[in-house]
Amino acid sequence: MLNYTLRRIAIAIPTLLILVAITFLLMEAAPGSPFATERGVPAAVLANLEAKYGLDRPLIQRMGIYIWNIVAHGDFGESYRLKDRTVNDLIAQGFPVTLVYGGIAFVVAVVVGVSLGVTAAVRQNTRLDYAAVGITIGAQVLPNFVMGPILILVFTLWLGWLPGGGWQGGQWQYIIMPVIALSTSYMASIARITRASMLETLNSNFIRTARAKGLPMRRVVMYHALKPALMPVLSYLGPAFVGMITGSVVVDLIFSTGGIGLFFVNAALARDYGLMLGLTVLLGALTVVFNLVVDLLYAWIDPRIRY
Amino acid sequence: MALALGRKPIGLDIAPVAGRSLWQDARTRFLRNRAATASLVVLVLVGLFAAFGQFLAASPPDYVDFGLLGQVKEQGAPSLTNGHWFGLDEQARDLYARVVQGTRISLMVGIVGALVAVVVGTLYGATSGYVGGRVDNVMMRIVDILKSIPYMFVLILLLMVFGRSIFMLFLGIGMISWLDMARIARGQTLSLKNKEFVEAAVATGVKPLTIILRHIVPNLLGVVVVYATILVPEMIIYESFVSFLGLGVQEPNTSWGALISDGTGTMQYGTIWQLLFPLFFFVVTLFAFFFVGDGLRDALDPKDR
Repeated sequence: MLNYTLRRIAIAIPTLLILVAITFLLMEAAPGSPFATERGVPAAVLANLEAKYGLDRPLIQRMGIYIWNIVAHGDFGESYRLKDRTVNDLIAQGFPVTLVYGGIAFVVAVVVGVSLGVTAAVRQNTRLDYAAVGITIGAQVLPNFVMGPILILVFTLWLGWLPGGGWQGGQWQYIIMPVIALSTSYMASIARITRASMLETLNSNFIRTARAKGLPMRRVVMYHALKPALMPVLSYLGPAFVGMITGSVVVDLIFSTGGIGLFFVNAALARDYGLMLGLTVLLGALTVVFNLVVDLLYAWIDPRIRY
Repeated sequence: MALALGRKPIGLDIAPVAGRSLWQDARTRFLRNRAATASLVVLVLVGLFAAFGQFLAASPPDYVDFGLLGQVKEQGAPSLTNGHWFGLDEQARDLYARVVQGTRISLMVGIVGALVAVVVGTLYGATSGYVGGRVDNVMMRIVDILKSIPYMFVLILLLMVFGRSIFMLFLGIGMISWLDMARIARGQTLSLKNKEFVEAAVATGVKPLTIILRHIVPNLLGVVVVYATILVPEMIIYESFVSFLGLGVQEPNTSWGALISDGTGTMQYGTIWQLLFPLFFFVVTLFAFFFVGDGLRDALDPKDR
């Protein structure tokens, strides 16, 4: 176990380094100086600006300093466009929001998805099963950027029940639609995976034994079948988490929730390299760490897994 | 297994038995699946729409009807009389022509992504699996590492740095798409490479590269085809996501994601058709791809049920 943990961490670190390197290289390859759009800047001023942001140093050195600042001081650098605001400021402002609706969406996707999948599997080939399968197939083609507009159309424009955007310190009516938009397609995938693996588990020998010794179905499902059936779901949590982090960009754009995603889009549109770099590294690190945790959990729960 | 007998055996009154190849079997199984067959028809229709739809348009996609600019809400609704079947978009362009254009680009992205996956992913995976040992280890570690990088951000970064163009989009999508395919192809190769026919090829002195291309890859095709049909909608979703953010295709080009984004921006003014038509095409096509993918999996891989 310890060996495996160390090896997994040994893969995670180069992954992060590669991500930072790719980001740095791409920015280096961008034509012109990041300040080139400010027309009429004298060469001396430009040189000073670049010196201020450390752009006059060689690439490797900059990368080293950047990584050191993150590791040692938790400092993600500065925005090149939003003057006098550091990336840390913007993260502090947007990240809590993203964390709230993202966290709720993640829990909703897992809880609803697993319940739907288990119910469908236990009642296989009944109307309930068909309804659940229908929902999961339907939800599969409704990614967040499709779900968001549909929700606004129905609940804001037609029914007038919910506000079409905003955050207002996280009141519940502002959270509902972002959560649904973000979780729907992952809920569907989780339900599909759960159903398939639950069916497989229910057909296995140890379940037949449990049934044969007279245990009620409910107990068999809850105590015997659930754990092995959820293993494939666990391995899907990593991709689902990544998808939700990426999806939060769309949610922030549609619902103006003011999360971190909006900064990301704006940074990309304004070619704000400093902010882009900071956000990419932060979100990338989150993803890698989460994947690491899921992998370790997986190995811990299922002793058969050895790499 | 039935033997193919070309002629009627003399003296026996038995009808000649026609041989059926694996592919014929697969076709029969596929056609028996109603949802998959219907979806295939839908896909063909969408394909025809993308290829020939522009001939039915009232005006080219970049033609602005200045007479109606500014009163799109009142006069730009879908109508049969003025030939704007799908109405006008916010810039008073014919939405039907725009949707045709968007469909073309979205489908192209999906197909290019899948093609890259099929070519690169299959060869990479087959090579890695066939050669095995340390090479396999290194090649798969590379895939693992690339896989755990959040690619959407790198793709956005790529588009931002090198400018938004369809070529960059294709390149970015192609870079992501082959990773899973490589893993799947490798897994299949591992079980294939110990089969007798590969052994026979090795024994007769066939070169490794030839074995991979002639003996391994053709046997991977079933799985590859199935996975490629699942990849197409995935790539379409990727592209639409980026374009929805306004970071993908650039005006005057468009794609489903960009059209949905435009429609979302204007729906509160009452021009809902600008959202609904692209949304309809997006959802229907993706649905069809998923069903066809399912049907193909059942047809080509009867063991895996």
